[in-house]
Amino acid sequence: MSALLKLTGVETYIGRYHILQGVDFEVPEGQTTMLLGRNGAGKTTTLRTIMGLWEAKSGSISLAGEPIEKLSTPDIAQRGVGYVPESMAVFSDLTVKENLVLAARNGPLDDAQLAWIFGFFPALKKFWLSRAGSLSGGQKQMLSIARAIVEPRKLLLIDEPTKGLAPAIVMSLIECLKEIKRRGATILLVEQNFHAARELGDQVLVMDNGTIVHRGEMAALAADVPLQERLLGLSLEAHQ
Amino acid sequence: MSEIVATDALPKPKRDIAPLLLPLVLALLMIPLVGSPSSWVTLTVASLAMGMMIFIMASGLTLVFGLMDVLNFGHGAFIAVGAYVATLVLLPLASWAQADSLLINLAVLVPAALLSMGVTGALGLVVERVLVLPVYGQHLKQILMTTGGLIVAEQTLYALFGPQIIPMPLPAALRGSFILGDVAISKYRLLALLIGLVIFVAIELVLNRTKIGLLIRAGVENREMVEALGYRIRRLFLGVFMTGSALAGLGGVMWGLYREQVHASIGDELTVLVFIVVIIGGLGSITGCFIGAILVAMVANYGGFLVPKLALVSNILLMVAVLMWRPRGLYAVTSR
Amino acid sequence: MMILSGDPPRSRALSILLVVILLALLATPFVFPGAKALNVAAKICIFAALVASYDLLLGYTGSVSFAHTMFYGIGSYAIAIALYGLGPSWTSVAVAVVAGLPLALLLALAIGLFSLRVEAIFFAMITLAVASAFLVLASQLSWLTGGEDGRSFQLPELLRPGTVFIGKEWFGFPINGRILTYYLVLSACALMVLALLRVVNSPFGRVLQAIRENRFRAEALGYRTVFHLTYANCIAAMVAACAGMLNALWLRYAGPDTSLAFSIMLDILLMVVIGGMGTIYGAVIGAAIFILAQNYLQALMSIASTAASEAGLPLLPGLLHPDRWLLWLGLLFIASVYFFPTGVVGRLRGKPAAKH
Repeated sequence: MSALLKLTGVETYIGRYHILQGVDFEVPEGQTTMLLGRNGAGKTTTLRTIMGLWEAKSGSISLAGEPIEKLSTPDIAQRGVGYVPESMAVFSDLTVKENLVLAARNGPLDDAQLAWIFGFFPALKKFWLSRAGSLSGGQKQMLSIARAIVEPRKLLLIDEPTKGLAPAIVMSLIECLKEIKRRGATILLVEQNFHAARELGDQVLVMDNGTIVHRGEMAALAADVPLQERLLGLSLEAHQ
Repeated sequence: MSEIVATDALPKPKRDIAPLLLPLVLALLMIPLVGSPSSWVTLTVASLAMGMMIFIMASGLTLVFGLMDVLNFGHGAFIAVGAYVATLVLLPLASWAQADSLLINLAVLVPAALLSMGVTGALGLVVERVLVLPVYGQHLKQILMTTGGLIVAEQTLYALFGPQIIPMPLPAALRGSFILGDVAISKYRLLALLIGLVIFVAIELVLNRTKIGLLIRAGVENREMVEALGYRIRRLFLGVFMTGSALAGLGGVMWGLYREQVHASIGDELTVLVFIVVIIGGLGSITGCFIGAILVAMVANYGGFLVPKLALVSNILLMVAVLMWRPRGLYAVTSR
Repeated sequence: MMILSGDPPRSRALSILLVVILLALLATPFVFPGAKALNVAAKICIFAALVASYDLLLGYTGSVSFAHTMFYGIGSYAIAIALYGLGPSWTSVAVAVVAGLPLALLLALAIGLFSLRVEAIFFAMITLAVASAFLVLASQLSWLTGGEDGRSFQLPELLRPGTVFIGKEWFGFPINGRILTYYLVLSACALMVLALLRVVNSPFGRVLQAIRENRFRAEALGYRTVFHLTYANCIAAMVAACAGMLNALWLRYAGPDTSLAFSIMLDILLMVVIGGMGTIYGAVIGAAIFILAQNYLQALMSIASTAASEAGLPLLPGLLHPDRWLLWLGLLFIASVYFFPTGVVGRLRGKPAAKH
């Protein structure tokens, strides 16, 4: 099993704040890797650094063996990285269709791919010609994910997709992500919701203070309650 | 991709038409105030024509700001350069321009306008690379650099063309008016109106019907996400910047012909007008810019007719009034 | 230290330069006789204060105003209109101060409350529009302002050249009302610059810098940014109006070209950038360099232009013509924003003073 994405000693500053203080990890191909940790641990910054939205001051990031830490965001995207930001960032002035047309960079929308997406996101078909801005929060999240998978991507970076959504919608979102997994996608998924993480993750990384403090199999962490307590207990308390 | 039938539609947000009605209401209100219907028609056509010219000049500025948060204080330089470059064609070929045939007139006018747009578009490329790109994302330096650019451009025009006013007579076929009963409508104003409308429709079509337009609209909202989808927004921005510069150049030619003279200070004079228009319209909004330009022109024309003294500050009063009503302009662009 | 508000030049070269400028200005009437040198010196004083007040806005709050000449003009016209209309007396001067300063204050308040709520770019555009309207107004309302011709007027007797205090026999030239006026201008301007130095080093000045660095953070810390920015705008406007009054007193004239023109606004921008934004000292240096260049470099350009046209070079004579000196200044301006954003003061201090 080879690593599709590999970070070595990545350090990122935002202004004068030292956010990532040497991040090392690998994302194995064809698996879903969960990135967990409390707020402010540097999870979002990690995704943004991979995407080239923040500049890595030092360290290296490689995608399928090719260094990408010096590339611009569009170049990284063109190498097959799909990004679903925390804010969803759907273009609210554009229709659902127009959002997906833009996401399909390499040409017209593919019918089979669309049919597959509509299969688990029926709302997108229903509101195909409506403004994305008028969708509900869950529907916006679906559109944002659909944008990342409308064309086949090597790697999906997804930032807290369940944040702020009602439990029922979270459940259906987890099912959708499982379906995307079944297609063989490689996913790096930031999540606060441990239930969702347990359902989806193959591998797990835990971050704290800008470094990775734990890496291993998701199943092992799910089974080891004391370890969960030690790694994540604080974060659970902090969030209640 | 086969046609997908949306089985349902969310209620469309109510289209915000109050600003669209504003010029109409203003024009209707003026009928009793102006008194004579023929003067009213003349003033209204004059307003619309002037508004279209200002819109053409301002459209690029507002898009560039909306897309990249860049405000070019030297935008007026493109207007002045456009007008001067046109004289390079119009003056040597003055006999063609004064020939009594529309076709021959156009044979000199169209190349003059195209040359102006070419030169200002190319100048836009230089300005973007030299003055805007190095200080990208820093408002203060942007304002200073482009203001410096305006000084240099204006002084270079003085050095090349001399400080005197250069006459720029209208081609013969565009002089005079169409007479309908006791109403006279100037031919050139009608042409300006037409060109303005064509450009407005063209911009709207590009923005709404093409992928480039989608990208621009998406970029105005969230340029980071557009990049994350794999598009080089800098290149798109350069294209918009150059197009905006070329349109400012075209506006300069039209303004020069409208005033029938050119002077390097036309840049300063119109910069202020164009700024007021984009502020009124809402920075980044093309529709707002269109309405704003018409409003500014109406206030100038009706105001100049009714209360000549007031015309001096009418633009400022209009701006204050609009901003009291909508502090971010008629159509505020959503995400900023 | 007290007089500098605890903010010394912090560079030996800069201190020397400032002392030289100050001594030269103090000694001008005695060392460089002649009307031109005295005019240049007075202009340096007035612009040092004017530019320092602009630096309070640009350098310390990061807002670009194009309406600074409007306040300068209000001061100039207040003096001119009062002395022209009410006669050359000290009462008229007092009337000008009592009428002019509140007017400047009110306008600054209105502009500030109206447009400082939004981004720098909005403020810049609105001030540009307002200033241009004011310029048109001043040149059109000729019954009040004298229109394009402006207003010439007589000074109170004490300040007139004909009032001789000490005859020729002492210094070889008479000490008269003109020289008294010069020292009045010099001391008033020095006071204003020192006052501004005090302002920027007060807690208020530090809040302004916090706002410049990060407006949202300053707001989050509980500072009412609009209040602080408007306050700074008002202080800057008052100083500009005072500088305008001194300008009118010195010239015995006020007109659009000497107080309101857009080119003066550009001059101010150039001076503040060349001198160094956010330093106040930069205003003194910038004004001195710029005005000396304006008055003496043009002569050099004229020589170069003539030489170029005699040598039969194309284009160069036009580009080097003394009237085109703004072209070169514009280029210098762009280059200095790009390469020396901290200006002369920043260079001499050897570390960035004004971060964006």
